[in-house]
Amino acid sequence: MWWLLNSLNIPLSVETVCVFTAPIFSANAAWATYLLTKEVKGTGAGLTAAALLAMVPSYISRSVAGSYDNEAVAIFALILTFYFYVKTLNSGSLFYATLNALSYFYMVCSWGGYTFIINLIPMHVLLCIVTGRYSSRLYIAYAPLVVLGTLLASLVPVVGFNTVMTSEHFSSFLVFVIIHMVALVYYIKGILSPKMFKVAMTLAVTIGLTVCCAVIAIFIASVASSPTKGWSGRSLSLLDPTYASKYIPIIASVSEHQPPTWPLYFVDINVLAFLVPAGIIACFSPLSDASSFMILYLAISAYFSGVMVRLMLVLAPAACVMSGIALSEAFDVFTRSIKFQAGDINSESSIAQNDVSNVDSNATTDKSETVSKEPSRKNHEKEKEQEIVKKVTSKSQNGKKLLVLPQEVSAVVILLLIALGGFYVGHCVWTTATAYSAPAIVLKSYTPDGLRVFDDFREAYAWLQHNTDVDDKVASWWDYGYQITAMANRTVIVDNNTWNNTHIATVGAAVSSPEKAAWEIFNSLDVKYVLVVFGGLVGYPSDDIDKFIWMVRIAGGVFPHIREQDYLRDGRYHIDAHATPTMLNCLMYKLSYYRFVETEAEGFDKVRRTEIGNKKFELTHFEEAFTTEHWMVRIYKLKLPKNRIQGKLKNKSSSETYSSNQTRARNTRRNPWQ
Amino acid sequence: MIPVHLHFEEIEKKLRMAKSTSSDAQMLIRSLRTAYAATPTNLKIIDLYVVYAIVTAVIQVVYMGVVGSFPFNSFLSGVLSCVGTAVLAVCLRIQVNKENKEFKDLPPERAYADFILCNLVLHLVIMNFLG
Repeated sequence: MWWLLNSLNIPLSVETVCVFTAPIFSANAAWATYLLTKEVKGTGAGLTAAALLAMVPSYISRSVAGSYDNEAVAIFALILTFYFYVKTLNSGSLFYATLNALSYFYMVCSWGGYTFIINLIPMHVLLCIVTGRYSSRLYIAYAPLVVLGTLLASLVPVVGFNTVMTSEHFSSFLVFVIIHMVALVYYIKGILSPKMFKVAMTLAVTIGLTVCCAVIAIFIASVASSPTKGWSGRSLSLLDPTYASKYIPIIASVSEHQPPTWPLYFVDINVLAFLVPAGIIACFSPLSDASSFMILYLAISAYFSGVMVRLMLVLAPAACVMSGIALSEAFDVFTRSIKFQAGDINSESSIAQNDVSNVDSNATTDKSETVSKEPSRKNHEKEKEQEIVKKVTSKSQNGKKLLVLPQEVSAVVILLLIALGGFYVGHCVWTTATAYSAPAIVLKSYTPDGLRVFDDFREAYAWLQHNTDVDDKVASWWDYGYQITAMANRTVIVDNNTWNNTHIATVGAAVSSPEKAAWEIFNSLDVKYVLVVFGGLVGYPSDDIDKFIWMVRIAGGVFPHIREQDYLRDGRYHIDAHATPTMLNCLMYKLSYYRFVETEAEGFDKVRRTEIGNKKFELTHFEEAFTTEHWMVRIYKLKLPKNRIQGKLKNKSSSETYSSNQTRARNTRRNPWQ
Repeated sequence: MIPVHLHFEEIEKKLRMAKSTSSDAQMLIRSLRTAYAATPTNLKIIDLYVVYAIVTAVIQVVYMGVVGSFPFNSFLSGVLSCVGTAVLAVCLRIQVNKENKEFKDLPPERAYADFILCNLVLHLVIMNFLG
């Protein structure tokens, strides 16, 4: 995009493009949501859904200006793909099928979550076939997508041949075969007389069943031979939520991969959480292919969002579409009854019949609103419900179920709905401002003496940039990798993009070992500085001691001599006097609490709220290079090995002896890994 | 004596059933043939094209079975291109078929244009993937 803009002679720096990519794509996503909902229900619902998506906190958290993450683009691609699929389903034109495949390709390029699409669409096709809604449009919508989609997905290097090898894609092929069989059956049914068709069926069933069993047996044998039955680690962790914590600690350690708590649903999608059931019912009233697709999408994404917080993001568009449908239907009912009252009373039973079909959604919306508003309004709502019921019973005698709500009631309810929307907007703005906008680098807290700003991270990175050599390597936990690379401009060992588990496990092993072993590991990696984040002085809760659990687990997954039991006392981690000797001697403990007793806290860790166990100790293989103002970031330098040649060479970190030390250090360096 | 007699009757019954199923099958094939002959010529041409594409795909699979799947991407792109054109031709057939009520107001030119566009994209991807 930067290239495009530059070629158009609009001078923008790459950073500006990066910063603004996410909001541009979220705007596109709102437009795509409008299109999708328009296909499912109509333009009114489309506009509402687009407005809802434009503000939903869950999506905003991923598309804040400045967050250059692929998920902002991915959700746009997801909604676009679903829109094209539904459009093809509704119109049956090959043109949209092509666009569907192309936007699926875009989705594959942008996010690994494309497997969601390639499993959801076959499931929907299967659902349509099973409920008897097979039509040739379904075939046109699905079959080209499978072929073109598989090809396009194989083009992406990350996916490659996984499209035909892993179990994640098998459902699409299975349903491909099934839809062909169903299509054949329908075709033959069309050209044969019913009696002949019966004969054909019996023949086909007997032959087909035997062939099927043989094929399935071969298939199961080949799949069962692979240890994970062909599923990749990511999908397995989705299907079985406990899988990751047992086998792949690194996936389990990311905080976004934990299951969400109940309040999080309300924080992320707020009012939509209870508008969604109303939307589901509104989708059922004329059940079309498109609305059944939306219901399925919502159900599946709701299940997966319960597994991982990160997948709340996939739920958000579905929730927005459903609530958009619900809200617009509710508005429809009330505005129609206002118009009805204002207009001719005798006419238009057709409008009234539409109103009847919306009674269900209406009643449900009323119930949900009752739950949300203050109890003083409850009586009013109940009155209205009784009125509705009475009117239904009285007018049903005519045969034409006329439903007319009095004007004042409709007006009040419309105002209430608008107030609901106002609550939603207010909540979204508040969430975005407080929870999702704060840059994580500069922290602030409101103390009784006013605003206190913790600029420790930038202080540390600036020190690194000014006081170390350009070639010096810094080791830290992978959370800070990107920050160090960007702000301190130094090479790191592991950063947020590291997918090599052994790499991270090595760093984890180093910080979990005693000083000498850790020094050897770091030396073999050519590390010069170790960076540790420590929150004990000011009470910053997510520091490295807090993450230490995961470091031990990840290291233990690769290096068996690191056993989690060694660090636990009674099954819990301690850093006080009850801590195990292994814990008290490990590098992370020492680097975090070195000289901690000399501060005003005198050894009292504010985060863990205990006094530390080992108070006074000296570091033999590391020396403290820098500690920031609030002791949040601590940088240590690896001490050079003692020179064995002559006498004692004092190890200085001063620059004049640095180069000579370095050459001698190179000669005496031992690589313990060979 | 008696078991042999019963046995003989059973065999007769089975033969009769088999004959009826085979005669059923023959009737079925005949009626299929007559019904199929009624389809218009352009649809038959499309069907022929589909059969040709599938046969090519089968030949490729057999070849891979004989020679081994070393350039796997070429094999995949070859097979998928055959399957793809078959699928697209079936879609075209669905859209052009005059008996299909859902596509009554879709002009056949539009259907052909869509078909060509789809094929273009498909073959572009295939060329890229052949390697």
